[in-house]
Amino acid sequence: MKKTPLYERHLSLGAKMIDFGGWLMPVQYTNVIEEHHATRTRAGLFDICHMGEIEVKGPQALALLQRVVSRNLEKQAVGQMKLCVLTNEQGGILDDLTVYRLENDHYMLVTNAASKDKDLQWLETRKKAEGFSGVEISDRTDELGKLDIQGPQAQAILQSLTEADLNALKYYNCLNTIVAGIPALVSRSGYTGEDGFEIYAAGERIGVAWDRLLAAGAGAGLKPVGLGARDTLRLEAGMMLYGHEMDESVSPLEVTYGWVVDLEKDFIGRDALSGQKKTGVSRKLVGFEMVDRGIARQGYKVLKYGREIGEVTSGTLAPTLNKAVGLAFVPVIYTEPETEIDILIRERPVRAKIVRLPFYNRKDKAVFYNVFI
Amino acid sequence: MAKPNPTDRKYSKEHEWALDHGDGTATVGITDYAQEMLTDIVFVELPPVGKKVEQTAPLAVVESVKSVSDVFAPVGGEVIAVNLPLESRPELINQDAFGEGWIVKLKMDNPAELDGLMAAAAYDALIREEKH
Repeated sequence: MKKTPLYERHLSLGAKMIDFGGWLMPVQYTNVIEEHHATRTRAGLFDICHMGEIEVKGPQALALLQRVVSRNLEKQAVGQMKLCVLTNEQGGILDDLTVYRLENDHYMLVTNAASKDKDLQWLETRKKAEGFSGVEISDRTDELGKLDIQGPQAQAILQSLTEADLNALKYYNCLNTIVAGIPALVSRSGYTGEDGFEIYAAGERIGVAWDRLLAAGAGAGLKPVGLGARDTLRLEAGMMLYGHEMDESVSPLEVTYGWVVDLEKDFIGRDALSGQKKTGVSRKLVGFEMVDRGIARQGYKVLKYGREIGEVTSGTLAPTLNKAVGLAFVPVIYTEPETEIDILIRERPVRAKIVRLPFYNRKDKAVFYNVFI
Repeated sequence: MAKPNPTDRKYSKEHEWALDHGDGTATVGITDYAQEMLTDIVFVELPPVGKKVEQTAPLAVVESVKSVSDVFAPVGGEVIAVNLPLESRPELINQDAFGEGWIVKLKMDNPAELDGLMAAAAYDALIREEKH
């Protein structure tokens, strides 16, 4: 099992550690609900060193990326990041990732921890198959550390440790700067539904950044937050998680990623997705909330008139809403908000209804929304 | 840190407790150690009054944000009362697992089953072992 550079720090903070994508990660330090509320109302600091970073460089870097992701990156400016999906020939999702354009011919792909090796192999295979011999693909996961700081106080805390003007850093943009004395790449982005930042720096120095951020944020209520609350935060914000809502058999058109598919562009999987678009998909991912008592969990069956129509992909008690919510695949005819469904919980159908996503929307949000950038 | 395990009751390997009332009935709950492991309990599914369970059979369900766990009957019997406040305040188990957070009262089929459970000292030792 792999450990992040912050492993010892998690132990001394009393974290409960679990296996996540082959990494020993903190699931919680105190408890999930406390850490969830800390992020929504003050700020949370997350060890995200397990996620994969892949660099793609060279004059043909953009050409390769244009073939492997469904989104059109042509207009991506240097300093911008884009949420993308890697699709296979059948249009299935190999991974969802963010693509940072660091320089003209220099990109960084940030992948799910468990998919990184697969993504790397896919990129290498496509590079050969498509003749992009000038592209240099390198795995930077082991050298790079990553921290997320999220929540209404995140900017003030991070600002106290950097000279970069964070007010000038727009959503889904990044800049190179110094954080707590350490060279770092900082983007305004995250996976919680709050304002916040993702910080990349050398793995061997990421511990120092962690310590200084925690110290600088102590007065503002910054707390270390584990993967347990990361999951409830992302689910409330209507964000998907690879391995739950997506795998290679799921198309971006079936989930909330239709907007990252540009069928005008030539990419692997386009023909399959064009076909799907024409005929329409038969199932779609929806949000639901429980009407009667019960908490839906991944793998529970969705029923309509007593017949199985789908399956829950993620479900939890949403701490901010104090409601049991979840995501599920259902036939397209049952996707309208307010449609009544049942979730089979321990052999008993429990009433639920389809609701619009996201479940939670932060109040101060400008016109954009995380999922739609 | 977990509260001390009271010596007035018996304990199962699955971290339930049973308090014998001496009249053929017993109150059942989960231990403070168990609630500490589960942390934030957000949902409790209680059995219907009148339900009959064998020793070690699933009796109730407690869920934290991240987990779903069965509560097993430390002794067999018939459910004669359930702690209904847990439906709206599941956190009572976190706050007071040995008191306000009790789960059900059973009319025991065979009170001698209690003899097969652990006394507090033996349960203390079991927890120490699990922590290592």
